[in-house]
Amino acid sequence: MNAPLALLKMRFLTGLQYRAAAAAGVLTQFFFGLVFIMVYVAFYRHAGPAQPMTLEEVAAYIWLQQIFFTFIMLWHSDYELFDLITGGGIAYELCRPWRLYTVWYVKLLAARLSACALRCLPIAAVVLFLPEPYGLSLPASPEAFLLFVAALLAGLLLVIAISMFVYLSVFWTMSPVGSILLIAVAGEFFAGMVIPVPLMPDWMRQIAHLLPFRWTVDFPFRVYTGHIGAQEAIAGIGGQLVWLAILVAAGRWLMGRALRRVVVQGG
Amino acid sequence: MAIFFTAIPGSHQSERGDRLSLIKLEAIGKSFKVAKRPAGFREAVKAFFSREHTIVEALRDISFTVREGEIVGYIGPNGAGKSTTVKIMCGVLVPDAGSCSIMGYTPWKDRVRYVRHIGVVFGQRSQLWWDVPVIDSFELLRDIYAIPPDAYRKNLDRLAEWLDLADLLRTPVRQLSLGQRMRCEIAASLLHEPAILFLDEPTIGLDAESKRAVRQFIRMINRERGVTVILTTHDMHDIEALADRILMIGKGMLLYDGSLSDLRNRYGTRKTIAVEYKGGADAVPPIDAPGVQCLSRSPGRAVYAFDSDRIDITDLINRLSAVGELADVEIGSPPVDELILRLYKEHRV
Repeated sequence: MNAPLALLKMRFLTGLQYRAAAAAGVLTQFFFGLVFIMVYVAFYRHAGPAQPMTLEEVAAYIWLQQIFFTFIMLWHSDYELFDLITGGGIAYELCRPWRLYTVWYVKLLAARLSACALRCLPIAAVVLFLPEPYGLSLPASPEAFLLFVAALLAGLLLVIAISMFVYLSVFWTMSPVGSILLIAVAGEFFAGMVIPVPLMPDWMRQIAHLLPFRWTVDFPFRVYTGHIGAQEAIAGIGGQLVWLAILVAAGRWLMGRALRRVVVQGG
Repeated sequence: MAIFFTAIPGSHQSERGDRLSLIKLEAIGKSFKVAKRPAGFREAVKAFFSREHTIVEALRDISFTVREGEIVGYIGPNGAGKSTTVKIMCGVLVPDAGSCSIMGYTPWKDRVRYVRHIGVVFGQRSQLWWDVPVIDSFELLRDIYAIPPDAYRKNLDRLAEWLDLADLLRTPVRQLSLGQRMRCEIAASLLHEPAILFLDEPTIGLDAESKRAVRQFIRMINRERGVTVILTTHDMHDIEALADRILMIGKGMLLYDGSLSDLRNRYGTRKTIAVEYKGGADAVPPIDAPGVQCLSRSPGRAVYAFDSDRIDITDLINRLSAVGELADVEIGSPPVDELILRLYKEHRV
């Protein structure tokens, strides 16, 4: 087995041990999903008939957010990596014949995969059977579903590439708090975590479209509901991959800079 | 990959130049920026806007070469730059000045290719996965270094036998004692048959028994497999038991490079002699000779310090036996610690 794959497996299996955290997470996700949908139900009751998204689409959007919560949250952090930087454990990481960016990327990927593996099925199993308008509707079509899976996975890779900058910033700041807050507030808002991007005012939507964040949440979930059609979805996945290439290249460059000035903390 | 630890004189040497010097450091320098502020609230507020930094020169003009198959003890007080040097040699840190060539590689430039050939143990950190059994960490290392299955099995069997790991492999790392963990750490650093082993304080915090086991193993791996060992330590018994050669560093500068016996000859001419006389109770008069000084005297026993350059030992013993009937004589060399302290003093470290 090659090194990244072995690491992925190890981290994935380690992550599966956190069952209590996952159970608590599932309950939280139900709660928030229901509250958000209630807010939108009230909102749609008093809004005009022509909205950019139907209530059913919004409900699906919110449940998908909750199901794939650990795929898309930018603040979902691996504190072990922070400790490696601030505690000097990075010395061992650099003594291995591997590229650090790849290894950390794989670790982050495994952590999100294992967290999601524990959470997504129980939530999905319940919300698919909730009564209208609170339930999760089925995907628009089989092909919409396949495109959704592709877009979601590309979005996951993108989320990790973005979150890597938080870890890289710690080489300079020695504390992740500021970077996490910054990226969580700005990034998640423009990703459409708070309000779906189509419901934003025009000027705000234009900003969201210039940034990479919306490709991680807004795009895959609207592919699921068919709000974004097949043609546009395929082009969009291309766009995701372009952003991924740019962000990974930038991250690797920054990692190179960081390692040249690395200080092993604590002697 | 060869069967076991055959990386020793390996082909890379003949291709990659001088067979004798495996490691060559030239004029290595490294400095760190350290933020400083005086204590107090007002200063803390001031530091919020502009911070003062001082540059600490961790290493200044460090040059040495290490030959294949040597065990080199790298010693010096805390903060002298030992670990910094080791981390530069491991490819972890990038120096500000100077050059370093190890097996033909520049560690920080060719890091990924270079680190395959070295094993590293940082005594104060762990390379083992904390929550899983030791064997899982070993298997991950096998995958990381792409060790072929049969070579891995063979290496693991031997290391388990030599370091007595059989009962530890299935235990989670967090449940191991420090001595057990250190044995596992050392095994972990040797699974991929490195040609060079860097040990940064491998015996720190270990009890006498574990220290002895670790030292014996290092000796053996060096003798049997020709692994070159660079060892930093504060424990002078490590140095005495292991190092053919010591490098001493203080305040970032190399102060001494040579064998322990040379150091002894240079500073260790002062010895002690303890004599016991038969018939105890009667006081034996002290002797008086050039270069001899009485340290303590009780009925039946006396301890003298003497300078072996100034007085011949036979002469001294003759004089001692002239004043009373000898029961026992014990001559002691000064402990290495004392030699090192003298070196530090001479260089005002």
